Amino acid sequence: MTAQRIGIEVSRAIAIATKLANVDVVSAYPITPQTHIVEDIAELVANGELDAAFIPVESEHSAMSACLGAAAVGARTFTATAGQGLELMHEVLYVASAMRLPIVMAVANRALSAPLSIWGDHSDVMAARDTGWIQIFAANGQETFDNVLCAFRIAEDQRVLLPAMVNLDGFHLTHVIEPIYIPEQGEVDKFLPPNQYPLPLDPDKPITMGAFAPPYIYTEVKKAQQVNLTAAKEVILQCWKEFGDCFGRHYSPVESYRGEKAKVLLLVMGSFSETAMSAIDSLRDEGKEVGLIKLRLWRPFPFAEIRQAVRDAEVLIVLDRAISFGGPGGPVCSEIRSALYSEDKKPKVIGFVSGLGGRDISPGEFRGIINRGIEISQTGSEQEFEMFGVRE
Amino acid sequence: MEKYAVFVPKLVTKKENFAPGHRACVGCGEALAVRLACKALGQNVIIVTATGCMEVVSSPLPYTSWCVPWIHTLFENTGAVASGIEAGLKVIMRKGKCLAKEINVVAMAGDGGTSDIGLQALSGALERGHDFLYICLDNEAYMNTGIQRSSSTPYGASTTTAPAGKMSIGQVTWKKNMPAIAAAHDIPYVATACPSYPFDMMAKVAKGAAIHGPAYVHILSVCPTGWRSATNLTIRIGRLAVETGIFPLYEVENDKYKLSIDLPRLRPVQDYLKLQGRFRHLSEETINEIQYRVSEEYAKLKEKVACT
Ligand SMILES: Cc1ncc(C[n+]2csc(CCOP(=O)(O)OP(=O)(O)O)c2C)c(N)n1
Ligand code: SF4
Repeated sequence: MTAQRIGIEVSRAIAIATKLANVDVVSAYPITPQTHIVEDIAELVANGELDAAFIPVESEHSAMSACLGAAAVGARTFTATAGQGLELMHEVLYVASAMRLPIVMAVANRALSAPLSIWGDHSDVMAARDTGWIQIFAANGQETFDNVLCAFRIAEDQRVLLPAMVNLDGFHLTHVIEPIYIPEQGEVDKFLPPNQYPLPLDPDKPITMGAFAPPYIYTEVKKAQQVNLTAAKEVILQCWKEFGDCFGRHYSPVESYRGEKAKVLLLVMGSFSETAMSAIDSLRDEGKEVGLIKLRLWRPFPFAEIRQAVRDAEVLIVLDRAISFGGPGGPVCSEIRSALYSEDKKPKVIGFVSGLGGRDISPGEFRGIINRGIEISQTGSEQEFEMFGVRE
Repeated sequence: MEKYAVFVPKLVTKKENFAPGHRACVGCGEALAVRLACKALGQNVIIVTATGCMEVVSSPLPYTSWCVPWIHTLFENTGAVASGIEAGLKVIMRKGKCLAKEINVVAMAGDGGTSDIGLQALSGALERGHDFLYICLDNEAYMNTGIQRSSSTPYGASTTTAPAGKMSIGQVTWKKNMPAIAAAHDIPYVATACPSYPFDMMAKVAKGAAIHGPAYVHILSVCPTGWRSATNLTIRIGRLAVETGIFPLYEVENDKYKLSIDLPRLRPVQDYLKLQGRFRHLSEETINEIQYRVSEEYAKLKEKVACT
């Protein structure tokens, strides 16, 4: 039998991905818009379709902490959260990466309080940017599903042993029904080897995990982490290549859409890139030389790929769905700027913040962003960055 | 004492799974409690320790005092980490992903890590019924960070964040009854213990680990540094805590209360208080207040023993 393409809610597809990955422990706390993911997993466990421990913890802090424990004994471990939940986990996220525990997490990206908003943007994950996790952004349901499978393989790879998060936009992805190819169990088993954590907690081979580091050794530990996360890119590329060989869908850290000979490029992360594509199409139809860059791999940051993808453009417009208050703009734009700063040949980088707290950006508004970006590139702006679509 | 020298080595393993050479203060009751607990627990154990004195004295990279598998992650999540370990082991054994064997999961945290910042994670783990033992090492303050008060600090004790002064007696709240909170989760086993009664303590630790389901053992651990007591009086002060009724030793097994040592007559609390600098400032009036409360609480406990 071959893979089936079925119409399915993306959250539910994630649950199926964890089942196909034969996950051992799922520890989670409910928060909109992540709830469908963990409800579905709980149901799979309750029905006996997935042999796993579902730990219904009393907070996200405990969800991630229970994941630490489960991963430390060598269990394949998954959780999902969003918004406030990710913030409550914050402290624990650093421990997962520094202790080399290959936990996989889906983050249903959500805005942060206050004011309370259950709707989507990237504020939650941007606050977790420096936690040492591998961070992938999915643009649609299929990408989400595929990358949950890939995340297990990447995280558990003995050369990596780092936690990995797959980001998907709250509601815009979590709650939509999409046609998604669901592979057969046998195909997944071929692609995803069992988790073989090299040094689990085991009375037969006692080890100490989580010793504290005095100043003479802390920096060395952090350097090792930095080297390790950066080097994970090679493994990620290899995983995506083999995923493509197995399933025929190909992923790369940076993807270009109609970017050939584009003078103006728009860079977007996550599902809004799909809307941006139609804006690009209509502008191309009008003969404008514009293209789109989708940034899929956020950590480790794909410096070489980004530099390569934008080097021939004159203007690069970056959309952020998070804001660094009082700072230079959104985090994505800041990082792109600094990645290009020392390049001889580089486009002008113009930053926009939009799409906060669940506000859509329509194709027409994307055209507006691009046109305003071009204008700023010629005339300049009085601001470091602009917020687009704000009602005055 | 002579008899002890003959019998103890026969009753208790010589093996030290909490190895000597750690950096606890001289006379530390917590380190003694951990050492004895490790003897009671044996080899087939995974220990999770919260941030606090016992973590810091035992694990400066690249050294370790732990001869059994041990993990420390954060301060307030010990119950949750233990939950993940227990659930993870169970499922990977069931699925044949690792050899099936009996492994006791044991969490250890100070009174701060238990009754304050870690209470939520502990409550969740107890309520969910994980098969593990939780040991609270109660030295009645945040010692690792410099003797700050906790909700487990006794009334009248002077600490660095509730210091005695012209306008204050120090701690103005009564010690939180953590064993009662654990027992309120209707778990199969709750006990109080003190390393001054080593055999009683080890028996309770072993029992808590063996029992199926969550178990909670609350161990009073004298801290000479924080209590401002002589380092050679640790054992005696622990005994006085019990003999005055300030820290009675008891078990709650399947809702039944049982006193481990039933004292016909309690010693005056002053015998206990006067050996510790943290109580030095107390007036007779406050001591009387403490005496009254201790007698009352002890009577309540005896009532529970009588009617369960
Ligand atoms: C979230 C967080 N807050 C505060 C601290 C600082 N801290 C470390 S240990 C400690 C006190 C530990 O006290 P207790 O649990 O009573 O154990 P003890 O050191 O007395 O054995 C504190 C406040 C921390 N590590 N993490
Ligand atoms: S401060 Fe107290 S509890 Fe901590 S190591 Fe010293 S004596 Fe032990």
